Amino acid sequence: MVKHAKPKGFYDTFERKSSQGGPESETTHYCPGCGHGTVHKLIAEALEDFGIKDRTVFLSPVGCSVFAYYYFDTGNIQCSHGRAPAVGTGVIRSLDDAVVISYQGDGDLAGIGTAEIVHAANRGENMAVFFVNNAIYGMTGGQLAPTTLLGQETTTTPLGRLADREGGPIHMSEMLDALDGPAFIERTSLSNAAGVMKTRKAVRKALTNQVERRGFSFVEILSPCPVGWKLTPIQSRIWIKDNMETIFQVKRFRDREEGSRGTGRMPLMGDEELKELLGSDHGEEARKGENLETECRVKIAGFGGQGVMSAGVLLANTAIGEGLEATWLPSYGPEMRGGTANASVVISDEPVGSPVVNRPTTLLAMNGPSLDSLEDSVITGGLIVVNSSLINRKVRRDDVKVVYAPVSDMAAEAGFLKGANVVMLSLYLLEKGVPGIQTLKTVIPKSIKKKELVEVNLKLVKAAEEFHAS
Amino acid sequence: MRKVLIKGNDAIVRGALLGGATHFFGYPITPASEIAQGAANLFTRSGRTFLQAESETSAINMIYGAASTGARVMTASSGPGVALMLEGLSYLAGAELPSVIVDVQRAGPGLGNIWPEQSDYNMCCKGGGHGSFHNIVLAPSSGQEMTDFAYRAFDIADAYRMTVIILTDAYVGQMMEPVGFPSAVRHGARKSWAVYGDESSRQNLISSIVMNQTGMAELNIMLQEKYARAARDLTDWDEIETEDAEFLLIAFGITSRVASTAVSHLRENGLKVGLLRPKTLFPFPSERIAELAGQVNLMAVAELNNGMMAQDVELAVRGGCDVRKYNWYGGMVPSADELASRVREDFNG
Repeated sequence: MVKHAKPKGFYDTFERKSSQGGPESETTHYCPGCGHGTVHKLIAEALEDFGIKDRTVFLSPVGCSVFAYYYFDTGNIQCSHGRAPAVGTGVIRSLDDAVVISYQGDGDLAGIGTAEIVHAANRGENMAVFFVNNAIYGMTGGQLAPTTLLGQETTTTPLGRLADREGGPIHMSEMLDALDGPAFIERTSLSNAAGVMKTRKAVRKALTNQVERRGFSFVEILSPCPVGWKLTPIQSRIWIKDNMETIFQVKRFRDREEGSRGTGRMPLMGDEELKELLGSDHGEEARKGENLETECRVKIAGFGGQGVMSAGVLLANTAIGEGLEATWLPSYGPEMRGGTANASVVISDEPVGSPVVNRPTTLLAMNGPSLDSLEDSVITGGLIVVNSSLINRKVRRDDVKVVYAPVSDMAAEAGFLKGANVVMLSLYLLEKGVPGIQTLKTVIPKSIKKKELVEVNLKLVKAAEEFHAS
Repeated sequence: MRKVLIKGNDAIVRGALLGGATHFFGYPITPASEIAQGAANLFTRSGRTFLQAESETSAINMIYGAASTGARVMTASSGPGVALMLEGLSYLAGAELPSVIVDVQRAGPGLGNIWPEQSDYNMCCKGGGHGSFHNIVLAPSSGQEMTDFAYRAFDIADAYRMTVIILTDAYVGQMMEPVGFPSAVRHGARKSWAVYGDESSRQNLISSIVMNQTGMAELNIMLQEKYARAARDLTDWDEIETEDAEFLLIAFGITSRVASTAVSHLRENGLKVGLLRPKTLFPFPSERIAELAGQVNLMAVAELNNGMMAQDVELAVRGGCDVRKYNWYGGMVPSADELASRVREDFNG
């Protein structure tokens, strides 16, 4: 039976209400005949009967029930318009044992918050959603709701809702029933005492599901708004029966009575395990390397797939391995797809200022388009290494040093064409001296993820050394 | 300290986990997606929570929910996504919830492109959403600072019950640099105001609605006092060659890196140019800039937007010094030479 005394799920007196300037602290802010009072009472009673007040986190929406936190003696979170299911997702992902209640009206849930409710339902979030559908916006003054019936007059459909203009009423229970995620979906009605009792059962079912971790439970309640509808409380109950229940079918859509939902979380790592996962104690011990004559600003350029990015990373790691500072900056975007890609590496014996390389001291040109577009940018006295396997022409400038090397052919000869970038990088190091080729040999085993490729890469370094010596 | 070569975006994820982050709610967007991807891997494997939301609007509200439970929460996005989060930022500020948000800036307005700009400055530093609120805004300029700021951000957010925005850009996010990690893992403490779904926190309410005018006014005044306290305690910046500077460059993030190279070139040519680099954009180092206005002849603010930080500089100097604006858009990042030649023109002009 519905008890007539105030259930213990409510505060004894509503101090939060009176502290906001309201005169009374014994009554709610709801209008006479409003359905919210009934639904609140059914929930409060269940919270008490199930002994779950401490565990419950109650989410208040925006709408007439924005002040639900005045009344429920639980943890309370007031949410922005329509977002309560997302807020509840955050809560339940943090508090494994909480009973999360999202209490929402039709503007909140079926209008502005459709994305949030659909996706929370689809994920099957452990929460009970009580959706009070009264076919109108109450708080803001009786405007059109997504669930307003065709022909129904509201302050923003003064001539009645017209399908050709506003579309028809939205059926949220049916929509959510199309998803696999929810465990429980039922639509009930407050049109009469029997309906209230059915609603009571549905509310208790949804909350039981939370205690048992059954998953997402949704109760849509057809509810009166006498003030918004301009009817008496009794007329309003009849209006639900005659008008709403014919459009919104009262029924249980789903009741998945088995199974329970886990958190989907892996075991929590302790501090040391976390540091190991992050590799935060790995890496090179910082030390001061030798001084460089000048900062090296290197551009490595080629086709996407020629390994220019990873050659840049190897170069930066080699510099760091010698106690130098280095930055690596990729050129990304559409150029990555088949066109030319390039990596900018700056090596310095001081902290690097700008990582942007507009005037490289060295250009490592892996293909023709790269040489064409970047040749002129190299500084006077700079270095260009040309992949003569793929670039037929000579460098046009005579104020830079040029090395021609068939790096692709050399890599192919070693049976690993993809290693042309390592040959190119090795030649650069051999030309410059600092950072040194010996450091690269120690960096390769640490940097290359596929361990079976370490040997062939070291072989390519050796091939580069032989080429350089000749 | 051992150092590893990693991308700024990866450095953020690692710094955050070491800083005690337990929850990441994200939505992919270039050039910030690597942060979500890194978090999906490392938060999940370490038994923390990563969830990809259906939108940035939902992500920020998941943050609102988890922050309400006292968790150390974060997300990462770029301008178009952060714009969608502004509603949530306002609610977080009103309810005084701590959170950490990374904005890897791209070029705008609209869909813009994925190259670096610094045009989210006003959106992030001036609050962004409705109401008189601010976020604390940190501006890293290196991989090391990406880790260090992310590591510290959660303590700051908790201490001030505010959102901390790490405002970075596509270059600092994509750039790889050697980064060393803090050795201690931080953890958030239980919060007296949070909702834990237990008896002792049952009376707690997370809310930003205050119906009576005086109560709402009091909340606002309290927030402003908090911002003033943050200004006293958190304002941070770096200076290079300012002692005898006659010309002051001001820049943050990637632009400050370019500016530091430009300053060293200009000094080699005998020009007394210095650089001030704000590490916090809110609170802004206004007092120090006002002081320097009495020393230098000219200031110039170099930034990848239409002069947003320059406005804060102008406010700080109050006409005490001429402030030039060097602006770039669309992902164009100046070379050090280009910036140096702008300075040279104004220095001699």
